[in-house]
Amino acid sequence: MQNQIRTILQQHGKLGTDATSLAEDADLYQAGMTSHASVNVMLALEGAFDVEFPDRMLKRSVFESIRNIHAALSELTGGR
Amino acid sequence: MSTFLQELVAKGLLIPTGVDGVYGRSGVFEDALLGFDSYISRLAENDKAQVMRFPPLVTRENFEKSGYLKSFPHLAGPVFSFNRPPAEHAALLERVQNGEPWADMLAMTDTVLTPAACYPVYPTVAREPLAKGGRLIDVFSYCFRHEPSIDPARMQMFRMREFIRIGSPAECEEWRDQWIERAGHWLQDLGLPAESAIANDPFFGRGGKMLALNQRAQHLKFELVVPIATVEEPTAIMSFNYHQEHFGKTFGINQSDGEVAHTACVGFGMERVTLALFKFHGLDPDKWPAGVRERIFV
Repeated sequence: MQNQIRTILQQHGKLGTDATSLAEDADLYQAGMTSHASVNVMLALEGAFDVEFPDRMLKRSVFESIRNIHAALSELTGGR
Repeated sequence: MSTFLQELVAKGLLIPTGVDGVYGRSGVFEDALLGFDSYISRLAENDKAQVMRFPPLVTRENFEKSGYLKSFPHLAGPVFSFNRPPAEHAALLERVQNGEPWADMLAMTDTVLTPAACYPVYPTVAREPLAKGGRLIDVFSYCFRHEPSIDPARMQMFRMREFIRIGSPAECEEWRDQWIERAGHWLQDLGLPAESAIANDPFFGRGGKMLALNQRAQHLKFELVVPIATVEEPTAIMSFNYHQEHFGKTFGINQSDGEVAHTACVGFGMERVTLALFKFHGLDPDKWPAGVRERIFV
């Protein structure tokens, strides 16, 4: 799952650095992800993992780091 | 029609056109609105903001560049016009006559109705490098938002007086923050009990929810609100926005040290302030409290 998240961040995150080598807890917004880019990341994650983020997850902190995204997706996919 | 709207129309202050949110204004309404505009000018005189007045249009090129369609496609007002050969003119008229759709016979022009008074400013200031200390601009324009409503405080075309600060992050944020308190006093002096609140823009769609929550979490937008239509949902009559590097990056505005410029803007909803005055002090300005009258009607 993490590799897929990194690939999506690489494609949609507009990060100033390489998403494949970012630390798991690195702040993605600090790394250059804009609000609009985070929306594109969110939509791409939904497509890739066939999930829909509920409203309570559509917030800044959920998309702040690879670890947080991973945790949210794990919850939504139920470890599937 | 809402009750307040009915009262405004009955009194002749607003003139209905047949489309929700589009009204004519009476002389009395205009005197109050322009009086408030002068009040702002007098109180902000020492700021020495550079005045720029644009017609209520932005170029389509700059509109597309601004990213407005990413956030608010549902509010946009691009201008279309007939550009087919003369031979097709009759067909256009026939369709209109028959009540058939005719939008596909039009083509986009190079202009879009101004969505916010500050939009023409960013590409303009990008043309020359910023001096140290940045810039302060003063604009006033009709703006368009496609959101038909029977709430008189939610018009499709309305005027916005705005000040725009362009400079370093600290310059913009401090400037925006001091304005919230300053403007609150100005409105209180007019008998308007404005309260400040963290706010968000009406971003479109599911992604918009996330943008709105991001905006709130970062305290990028504040509003001064007063109850106009209802007490439960007070109306924003002013907004205070910190755009961070959004417009600087988009239009290539750089600070004197070469870093991307940040921007902030402070906007007065002119119709909304005027409506608040009528709501709080009555529909007859001759009977407004003396302290309000002497500030508005100089």
